[in-house]
Amino acid sequence: MSVAATAASATAAAGPGFLSPSGVEIAFLLVGLVTFGAALVTVTTRQLVHAALWLVVTLGGLAVEYLLLTAEFIAWVQVLIYVGSVVVLLLFGLMLTKAPIGRSPDADSGNRPVASAVAVAAAAALVWVVVDAFRTTWIDLGGPAQGSTEVSGRFLFRNWVLPFEALSVLLLAALVGAIVLSRKNGAARADGNAAGGSGKEQR
Amino acid sequence: MHLVYPAVLSALLFCTGLYGVLARRNAILVLMSVELMLNAVNLNLVAFDVWLRDTLHTGQALTLFVIAVAAAEIGIGLAIVLMVHRNRGTSDVDRLRDTAERQEPDAPAQKAEATA
Amino acid sequence: MTTTTLAVLVPLLPFLGAVAGLLLGRTSPGFVRPLAVLPTLTAAGLAVVVAVRQGGGSGGGTAPLEAATRLTPTGSVPIDLALSVDGFAALVAVLVGVVASCVQIYSTGYLRGDARYPSYAALVSLFTSAMLLVVYSGDLMVLLVGWEIMGICSYFLVGHYWETPEARAASLKAFLVTKLGDVPFLFGLFALATDAGTFRISGILDTVASGGLDHPTLVALLLLAGVAGKSAQFPLHTWLPDAMAGPTPVSALIHAATMVAAGIYFVARLLPVFAASTAALVVLAAIAAITMVGSALAALAQDDIKRVLAYSTIGQLGYMSGALAVGDRGAAVFHLLAHGVFKALLFLGAGVIIHAAGTNSLAAMSRMSGLPKRIPDAYWTMAVALLALAAIPPFAGFFSKESVLVAAEHAAFGEAGNASGAAGWTVLIAGLLTALLTAAYATRLWLLAFRGRGAEAPDHGRQPVAMNAVLWVLAVPSIGLGLAVGYLPDWFDGHTLAPNLTTSVLGTGVVLVGGLVTYACWRHTTALAARTPIGAVIAHPDAEPAVAEVEAMEIHTRVYGSIASAPDPADPGRLLLGPLHRHAAVGFHLDAVHHRLFVRPVLAAAQLVRFLDREVVDTYVRGAGTGTRWLGAAVRRAQTGNVQTYLSALLAGSLVLAIAAVLVAAGA
Repeated sequence: MSVAATAASATAAAGPGFLSPSGVEIAFLLVGLVTFGAALVTVTTRQLVHAALWLVVTLGGLAVEYLLLTAEFIAWVQVLIYVGSVVVLLLFGLMLTKAPIGRSPDADSGNRPVASAVAVAAAAALVWVVVDAFRTTWIDLGGPAQGSTEVSGRFLFRNWVLPFEALSVLLLAALVGAIVLSRKNGAARADGNAAGGSGKEQR
Repeated sequence: MHLVYPAVLSALLFCTGLYGVLARRNAILVLMSVELMLNAVNLNLVAFDVWLRDTLHTGQALTLFVIAVAAAEIGIGLAIVLMVHRNRGTSDVDRLRDTAERQEPDAPAQKAEATA
Repeated sequence: MTTTTLAVLVPLLPFLGAVAGLLLGRTSPGFVRPLAVLPTLTAAGLAVVVAVRQGGGSGGGTAPLEAATRLTPTGSVPIDLALSVDGFAALVAVLVGVVASCVQIYSTGYLRGDARYPSYAALVSLFTSAMLLVVYSGDLMVLLVGWEIMGICSYFLVGHYWETPEARAASLKAFLVTKLGDVPFLFGLFALATDAGTFRISGILDTVASGGLDHPTLVALLLLAGVAGKSAQFPLHTWLPDAMAGPTPVSALIHAATMVAAGIYFVARLLPVFAASTAALVVLAAIAAITMVGSALAALAQDDIKRVLAYSTIGQLGYMSGALAVGDRGAAVFHLLAHGVFKALLFLGAGVIIHAAGTNSLAAMSRMSGLPKRIPDAYWTMAVALLALAAIPPFAGFFSKESVLVAAEHAAFGEAGNASGAAGWTVLIAGLLTALLTAAYATRLWLLAFRGRGAEAPDHGRQPVAMNAVLWVLAVPSIGLGLAVGYLPDWFDGHTLAPNLTTSVLGTGVVLVGGLVTYACWRHTTALAARTPIGAVIAHPDAEPAVAEVEAMEIHTRVYGSIASAPDPADPGRLLLGPLHRHAAVGFHLDAVHHRLFVRPVLAAAQLVRFLDREVVDTYVRGAGTGTRWLGAAVRRAQTGNVQTYLSALLAGSLVLAIAAVLVAAGA
């Protein structure tokens, strides 16, 4: 089925209005509200560790949304990578940088008013444009699943093998880079300490 | 399902992340906000992919790639933040002002000496 | 060689000599003297050959020599390297060559030890070359080149003793005053060329003959301004007396025979252009009359011997202008020739006198006896030249001056075709009056310089042979040039230059009266001289003559308080002029008038410009810098180093752009 035909059929099958939502829509809306609220708390809370935990809620909410959009493989990947590893990494980062536990009054910089102004303006513009453009667009969630593991594996290893492999190289490079960045500095400091220590000893 | 729901949610999440990037002081919180923005984009990609019923599933494939790139980014980013914290003793973004010409609020006395 | 080649060589040789002298002057001093004298001497010889071959000129039947070449097209009015040698040009070139050669030879003795002699000699050669170019040129633009080279050379030569403030001021004054005239002169040339469509003199004369000149009066008056500047005519004559601050040979060359003659010669060449306008001729006559009488009165009051001669030069130039004003260029050029010879002799003799007496002050000389015995050559030749100047019958000056007076008389009685009677009468009366005054100041000069009573003149040793020989060479034509009166018309326009009885008797009569009255006054006042000792005499027996001259000029101002006059009651001029003496001594306050009319407005304007530049223009310039600096400081404030601020600005900007793009796309 070609893209154009799909789009045409989707447009033709413009569903019922916003006042009579389906069950999936209600679920999406509720989870979406939770996700958005958690995101807001993430960027506004004064407790740094709480921000990381609220980020878990946001990313988990997003995973649910993926499920509702029938993209189950991505949902599980989201849970695995984001909730499982990225947030843990972030928490480790917070610990290693000796982030204060509890409320820190200076979590936000002086740039806050400008930031909120830009963000609100951007949100208004984006929402307006998106709503204006896709008011009547209807997603047909029926039919064969589009994001099952089988489907994902097929398109990923049939159509996208080369980028996939290139991405693995990228990940390897990032791994090496992260190690080098962390190690080199530590080694230098260790050398400095050793030299200082030896100097003290000699003295 | 109306396409508007995921699209609007995506836009709002993106702007929330934007606010976080611009307003947060701790570098790790900034990285979290960047993750939020990336996730907003992911949601958009998935929603449109599902809507279009693309045989190649470009949107989902790209989402997977973005997740992988985001993982790499967070690894490198955290390494940098750690290094900066080790060297400077702080991970506050607005204190890392080495690119400024001179630190005016801190050194009016120095400036006076320089002109005198 | 053809006559044309010879004529080209005449200006070229001194020019090459000047270039070689400037190049070799420092490295090989032995070549300087030959390089100074030989080219000029050769040029003089060639000028004689050209004159002989050219023969009688237009009047004698030989057509004027015309040759031209065009190097490059120069637009609507073409400029040619043209040569035009008629009788006037041939004879004036001979005069220039002879006088320049005499001056070069004289200078080898006069400036024998001067450190700047090489450059001096080269400049004199260049000057000679420029004058010869003016004389031979058949194209007004080429003539102008020579004209301006003379101006700058005279600036350098008058300022030769630049260590003295007088010389510096005089050179600058000579340059600026002549330039003041040159500006309208240039406009006049352009106007003339535009009317005639050519810069060629022959072409212009043809145009005038066919009545094709559209603005004759305007052109003639503009040209007259330049002529007045160059030929030292009223009111632009004030530079000439001051220019006596230069070395005496320079005065002889530039300010007697060549540079000042250029203006007269120019008018003589283009006389039909001036004759096309009666108004211009009347103006010229008025200028000539004022110049003649005024300068003769001023000459009578000067104490510096060279300044007397300078004012006398101005007066004699006035005669020439007068002759031109009555339309007789033959008489004008005849007087130019005679005057060039005897005035050069007078100046060179004055140089010898200044050296021998150790002073340039007539008052000091009048208290000094035995000067004729020390310098017999100068004594006799000066006497000859003064007689010629005063126009005593057998000498050259008599014939030339009579030819002017005859021409004026013809015009006054309407016998000459193209001259107005008013101009004729003006010139005739002024000429007779000036003849009287000329005789008076010539007599005064001779009596005060050579008939002094008092202490013996200091011994400065014998004068160099080069200087004395030159005096005698010049004395010959001063005596005998009058005999050429029968042949000269063949070279000129053809009509006779011989004196007639009326003007001869009248002229000689007033001359005798002037001389005798002055002699009587001198007899009367000379008794006073012993009672009022005065004098500023310096003695440098071994030094070169130029050193004595410089010191004499310096001392004159210091002792007498003025460069021009001395408080000497024994001066016959004081008795003759009476209350007028005070004004005549300072040139009738014309310098003050010039100062008020030109110098002060220029200085005020310069001050205004300076103010405008410093306070107004510079404010903008400084403001541009300060404004940029302030702007930079303001922009620098945005450079906080805070990445978040930068990012905020970046995103806000892109947001604005995105909204704008959406609005445009939506057609809002």
